[in-house]
Amino acid sequence: MVILFYIAAIVAILAALGVVLQKTPVYSALLLIVVLCSLAVIYLLLGAEFIAFIQVIVYAGAIMVLFVLVIMLLNARRETPGQGSRMARWLGGPLLVVFLAEIVLAAWRQFPGAASPPPLNAGPAAIGQLLFRSYVLPFEVTSILILVAILGAVVLAKKS
Amino acid sequence: MTIPPHWYLALGTGLFTVGVVGVLTRRNVIVILMSIELILNAVNINLVAFSRMFHSVDGQVFAIFVITDAAAEAAIGLGLIIALFRNKETVNADEIDLLKW
Repeated sequence: MVILFYIAAIVAILAALGVVLQKTPVYSALLLIVVLCSLAVIYLLLGAEFIAFIQVIVYAGAIMVLFVLVIMLLNARRETPGQGSRMARWLGGPLLVVFLAEIVLAAWRQFPGAASPPPLNAGPAAIGQLLFRSYVLPFEVTSILILVAILGAVVLAKKS
Repeated sequence: MTIPPHWYLALGTGLFTVGVVGVLTRRNVIVILMSIELILNAVNINLVAFSRMFHSVDGQVFAIFVITDAAAEAAIGLGLIIALFRNKETVNADEIDLLKW
């Protein structure tokens, strides 16, 4: 279990670094699929099977197909580096490390050595019960959001 | 033998930071959108880890909402990129300066 977590976490971080550092957009998209699949493994380790499957089907399946389609459609080539400011280049790294260390430290201080409770029963049935009872209103608002997104995508893609 | 919750939070922090770096440093708008997906995934890790930590399914329901939002955002964002490419023939964020004074 622990070894599997470390493998999935390291693969996720390395692939995420690859997404950002890679200059060719298609490679970035493929590495992002690796990130999403290793995160699905981590959700399985956390006992969230439903989220893991949604992650693979919706994220790695549907959304990434959309990304790859647009990259192919626009024929995006290697990116030439822009001229960033010198101050940003020198200050960026240290600020990043401070930011990262601060959040990790805060998390460590907030939950000192907390042991994980026993796995909870979070199958699709439990999630569905909660979704359609306590969270009905957010669910309906989300459906309106999706409707607006579909209409917006159609309007944007229409030839004016 | 279980993994303490810290490690999930640390992983989420790492992914979030990498995503922020991607948003700030890349020129290609498509890669910027992918970095936003990384940030949303970091949020999802935290939600699912807290759901486990506090022994409640609510966090996983919110993770589903986040995934839905990510899908809507990807559809709109990529539609915008296609519309921009049609008008400006570029996918570089710094060349899209119609609103700059």
